[in-house]
Amino acid sequence: MAILIDANTKVLCQGITGSFGAVHTKGCFLYGTKMAGGVTPGKGGTKDANGLPIFDTVAQAVRETGASATMIFVPPAFTADAILEAADAGIRVICAITEGVPVQDMIRVRSVLDELNGGAETSASKRKFVLVGPNCPGVITPGPRTNMNSTTGEPGAPFTNAGCKIGIMPGYINTHVSQSKRGKAIGIVSRSGTLTYEAVWQTSNLGFGQSTCVGIGGDPVRGLNHIDCLELFADDPETHGILMIGEIGGSDEIDAAKWIEANRKSGRLKKPVAGFIAGRTAPPGRRMGHAGAIIGGADDTADAKIAALKAAGVSVAMSPADMGSAMLSAMGGS
Amino acid sequence: MKIHEHQARDLLHSYKIPVPPGRMIESVEHAADAFAQAVAGSPTGEVVIKAQVHAGGRGKAGFVKLVKTKEDAVTAAKFMLTNRMKSPQTPPEGLEVKKVLIAQAAEIAKRGASGHEEFYLAITTDRKSRRNILIASREGGVEIEQVAHDRPDAIIKVPLHPLLGLQGFQAREVAFKLGFKGKQINQAVAVMTALSKLFVEKDCTLAEINPLVLTPPTKDHPDGQVIAIDAKFSFDENGLFRHPEIASLADSAEENPAEIRAQKYGLSYVALDGQIGCLVNGAGLAMATMDIIKLEGQKLLDAKGIKDKTIEPANFLDVGGSATEEAVTEAFSIILSDDRVKGIMVNIFGGIMKCDVIAQGIINAARGFKNKDGSTGFKVPLVVRLEGTNVEAGRKLLQDAKGSLPTLQAATDLSDAAKKVVAAVAG
Repeated sequence: MAILIDANTKVLCQGITGSFGAVHTKGCFLYGTKMAGGVTPGKGGTKDANGLPIFDTVAQAVRETGASATMIFVPPAFTADAILEAADAGIRVICAITEGVPVQDMIRVRSVLDELNGGAETSASKRKFVLVGPNCPGVITPGPRTNMNSTTGEPGAPFTNAGCKIGIMPGYINTHVSQSKRGKAIGIVSRSGTLTYEAVWQTSNLGFGQSTCVGIGGDPVRGLNHIDCLELFADDPETHGILMIGEIGGSDEIDAAKWIEANRKSGRLKKPVAGFIAGRTAPPGRRMGHAGAIIGGADDTADAKIAALKAAGVSVAMSPADMGSAMLSAMGGS
Repeated sequence: MKIHEHQARDLLHSYKIPVPPGRMIESVEHAADAFAQAVAGSPTGEVVIKAQVHAGGRGKAGFVKLVKTKEDAVTAAKFMLTNRMKSPQTPPEGLEVKKVLIAQAAEIAKRGASGHEEFYLAITTDRKSRRNILIASREGGVEIEQVAHDRPDAIIKVPLHPLLGLQGFQAREVAFKLGFKGKQINQAVAVMTALSKLFVEKDCTLAEINPLVLTPPTKDHPDGQVIAIDAKFSFDENGLFRHPEIASLADSAEENPAEIRAQKYGLSYVALDGQIGCLVNGAGLAMATMDIIKLEGQKLLDAKGIKDKTIEPANFLDVGGSATEEAVTEAFSIILSDDRVKGIMVNIFGGIMKCDVIAQGIINAARGFKNKDGSTGFKVPLVVRLEGTNVEAGRKLLQDAKGSLPTLQAATDLSDAAKKVVAAVAG
């Protein structure tokens, strides 16, 4: 079933009546995601432009729709509260798309979620609540394209009835493994939104499908990190190769390299892994757009991360134009 | 966001962390008065004059002076307010100094034969453990990075509970390890507790006191006093919305004017030293675009056997996900305000961002752009790579406006775009 979400996942949107929330609810709805409704306090009982029900609270929305995932589009000041409300209502997959959430808010939220999950060390597959983001593009498990217009080749609505898109990623660049030339599916994990699209695009063009793509977000304190996704992809029978995209700042990619090395030895990780690290040309001490992308010490430079990944046997693309081909060569193809 | 030392002192003072008396002046005519206030009650008769700039290296540049007389104070203040400060951390032309701090020089208790009781105290966020941590050392007043590198044992690190913050027992333990005794202990604990409270309440990313010192015993303070001499703060920009009083401390004179201009349009821009301007959507893709320019640039120079030249990105620019045509136009104007820019690469993978909006922004920017010789339109090579949402509409707009964009080259993919732009710039 790929990872985190599948065709049957029922999804809510917190902040559905905001401009961003509304646009992307529609985008997910048209992709074929089972959008169950949305939440905007004070607007309960009404419907959105797609005819989806709006609720006052997440708890009420879960009771009436059985939703198990949510995407959060509320402003940064209310994001911490929205995440905790989702968890309190029992939603497992919580994607915080919002950009600009204060770090101190995320420290508190992570600590509460870690507590609910039985500790920070609980592996992603065993967590009761899985937070993705904030400041992330979301998660997509593509389904096969359906309803294609026979003359233009463009997809109609719904785009697919077997996929699930949560967040802001463009759905049409993804390929389901059943419609891929090579019949292999790549799991993609990335700290950057548009770089994820680039990776999806390149792998699709080279004849791969994608099992699931997870945008973990560019903030320093967040939910899922690279290791969590590597673990989920390693154990997922529908993922045949893993492409991880990192950037400067923090030690996430170095930790991932250690994880890869250890789990190759133990036999848990049997799939090829390719990677790319953005920011080789970034000057130290400057924030490159993402709050998490600041080079502080020697270990969080692009070169240190690339060296660690290479040492762990990862096929690292030196150019962002070669992410797909690095994956291809790791898969033993040409 | 960073603040000045005099602002940091005020912030410490508002949290009851003791600092030596002092005052910030903006004009040399107040120097004599400020000296008289600072020297009053001073055990040493010494006053320190410090230029208020964010860049380091002040001492070596002569912008921190210890004085004993009113005349020397005025001379030092006048020098700082009329000369540009140059240090390895400033731009080559130096920084204008608009504010000077005049403060009492604290007397520091002796440690052993030749040392002084100077300590380091800081709080920052540790990304890996997702906790705020307190960092302390007996070796204050020097570069803490050096201490951490040479003698990691000399650094004390204490994680703070995410919900409860620094606990009393943790602060006491640090105070003991730092060697405080008697009444000094409670003073040091109070400083640590206040600093950790300040850190969380004001959404800091760094709160650093260096040095924190112990003064020699006096009649009123038989165990001496624990006071903060210098402090550095930086704040989480994402948290500023709830601290207007902190946001108002930002000194625009300390920032690159182009970066401030970009902020107003929701653009994330960082000026760099190269010659190829970049306009990209998304921070990760923007960094990757910089990387591929340098990579392809180097390949081309190697192939041509050119050794004395480099081809590098001139900037980082993320237009974000919801940029308008106006923001795109502004982005071009910011990129081209840098005379070193000899070519531009636009790299858009439309998700939320629609390619037709970018295309229209490019066309408007070109039609409205005034060159120094009075002509309009872009003169530098422009390579555009569009992919994603509404890509066909975007490509058609550019094709139809070819007359307004004589230097435009369309690229088929990322690598094609980088190759074309470096080739155009290399000539």
